[in-house]
Amino acid sequence: MPSESAVTSKAVPAQEVTATTAADKPPNRFRQALPQYAAVSPFFILFAIFGAFPVLFSIWISFHSWDGIGNMTWVGLEQYNYLLSDATFWKTIGNTLIIWVLSTVPMLLLALVIANALHNATRFRTFYRIAYFIPNVTSVVAITLVFGSIFSNNFGLLNAFLQSIGLGQVEWLTQPWGIKIAIATIITWRWVGYNAIIYLAGLQAISADVYEAAKVDGASSRQTFWRITVPMMRPVILFTAVTSTIGGLQIFTESRVLFGDTNNIGGPGDAGLTIVSYLYQSAFINNQFGYGAAIGWALFVLIVLFSIINWRLIGGNDDERLTRRAARRVERRIAAQNAKRAAAQSAAAKETADVR
Amino acid sequence: MSVERIRTVVGHVVLMLGVLVSLFPFYWMVVMASNTTPDIFSYPPKLWIGSHLFENMGKVLDNIDFFGSMLITLIASLGVTVLALFFDSLAAFAFAKYEFPGRNLLFGLLLATFMIPTQLSLVPQFVTLAEFGWIGSLKALIIPGAANAFGIFWMRQYAKGAIPDELISAAKVDGAGFFRQYLTVGLPVLRPGLAFLGIFTFINVWNDYLWPLIVMTDPNRLTLQVALDQLNGIYGTDYSMVMAGALMSVVPLIGVFLIGARSFIADLAAGAMKF
Repeated sequence: MPSESAVTSKAVPAQEVTATTAADKPPNRFRQALPQYAAVSPFFILFAIFGAFPVLFSIWISFHSWDGIGNMTWVGLEQYNYLLSDATFWKTIGNTLIIWVLSTVPMLLLALVIANALHNATRFRTFYRIAYFIPNVTSVVAITLVFGSIFSNNFGLLNAFLQSIGLGQVEWLTQPWGIKIAIATIITWRWVGYNAIIYLAGLQAISADVYEAAKVDGASSRQTFWRITVPMMRPVILFTAVTSTIGGLQIFTESRVLFGDTNNIGGPGDAGLTIVSYLYQSAFINNQFGYGAAIGWALFVLIVLFSIINWRLIGGNDDERLTRRAARRVERRIAAQNAKRAAAQSAAAKETADVR
Repeated sequence: MSVERIRTVVGHVVLMLGVLVSLFPFYWMVVMASNTTPDIFSYPPKLWIGSHLFENMGKVLDNIDFFGSMLITLIASLGVTVLALFFDSLAAFAFAKYEFPGRNLLFGLLLATFMIPTQLSLVPQFVTLAEFGWIGSLKALIIPGAANAFGIFWMRQYAKGAIPDELISAAKVDGAGFFRQYLTVGLPVLRPGLAFLGIFTFINVWNDYLWPLIVMTDPNRLTLQVALDQLNGIYGTDYSMVMAGALMSVVPLIGVFLIGARSFIADLAAGAMKF
């Protein structure tokens, strides 16, 4: 520590002296920044070892046939060729996307409803927020076990309830759709509160003046919602859409724990086998490391693809411009309203003056 | 006025229903953990808390090394949290408050790492750690997560607003070097931000399932989540016991969350708004 402070105290006058000779300046700037480089280096060193290198290495592995212990055999693009014709792989993509839609759509809609209600509520706010957030911080394994029992085919709570109101039983954990609904329910339950809190923050960031102006304008609550709330919330909605897409494509724990069977981690007929489950199964159960790496790259391509689609769909590229435009539109309207009112007033004043 | 009132009441009813749905699985966990398995599987099912909780918890302790797993999970969670708080805040302090050549490039690089899904490097990470001889050891759980891009990004946003430049200038005038400035100016101001990041990191590591499943290969040294899953896999027929285990694994976590819940939630929301 003392040697370090000595460097800076020396460096400060040194800079003043050499300010006239430009040639000495560049090396000094780097030397002066040494402590800063030291401060940011742990991340980059760890990332190089556990992030960047593995990513590059995984390309190499995916070009080989390898069981993780023996020799690596170069097979070129064969893993990828096989991947494209592998019915199970396509099935896992289908499963993942179905579960993703089944969970994300209700999750974000419900979150918006809850956020709105929270925004309007003046009492018990902290209690609500904590109660809605608790599912998100809970152990996924534990909660999946609970939902597993609720969805259980013969004695599950849900079936007991359905039976008691005369609807009969559904074989949730053996039917392809039942499995997906069960997994999607767990995900929705865990993430609704999280997204609602994010939306609430977005709602609170919208200035009250804007709503006041809309009210003066005589806007209905539906108009206010679609013309002001939604456009102003665009960046926040984009954030939740992108994060839940990335999260949704990486579903693993729920389906793995729900069936609790190491040999058949996707449940009956692989109906709950997700992309990551398949990656795990290929690499760490069947010891096909090369194939597991190839699946990892396919997942990466999908994530990038879907992030771009989201971006385009919700207009993330120009979201700032859009929000600003929405704000300007409101401002213009306020100005017009004021002008109209002023005109009406002056006209009224004139009229009364004329009458007199 | 009365229309307004009806609207408020309806709003609270909706919110309360939501709260019930949010909390019901926890209640159900307690119901199952405190009854016997035959009771749960009877029709109609028992809906109230029973008297077999301690008996079921005892069975959990008999069947898996619960406290051993908890200790491993605790050491891993605390280890990652302490290291990440230090490395993340140090890097964030430098990124937020100092000009240095290549700063923007390095920060851009850091943000770019967000794009890489962790699953992509699962296989080669495992191979690398096996090469190091770390498989099955706590190092495999702690070191790879010791500094992370999210933490640095989040702390930097926080530090930018929280630390006044005047304080740093004053410390400089006093002859403090960069690390002294970090300790005397940065750390005290960043404390609330560190609290959030600490809870966030702790909960994430505690809950992680996939990574420990892969690297903790010794069946006698499993993390809590993996041990719980094993309990379910082997003794899945004894639902009450499995639920008692689940309950025991969840309670400490909720405790940690509740300690800082209020500001934790506010900070998380604020962090998301900055993206």
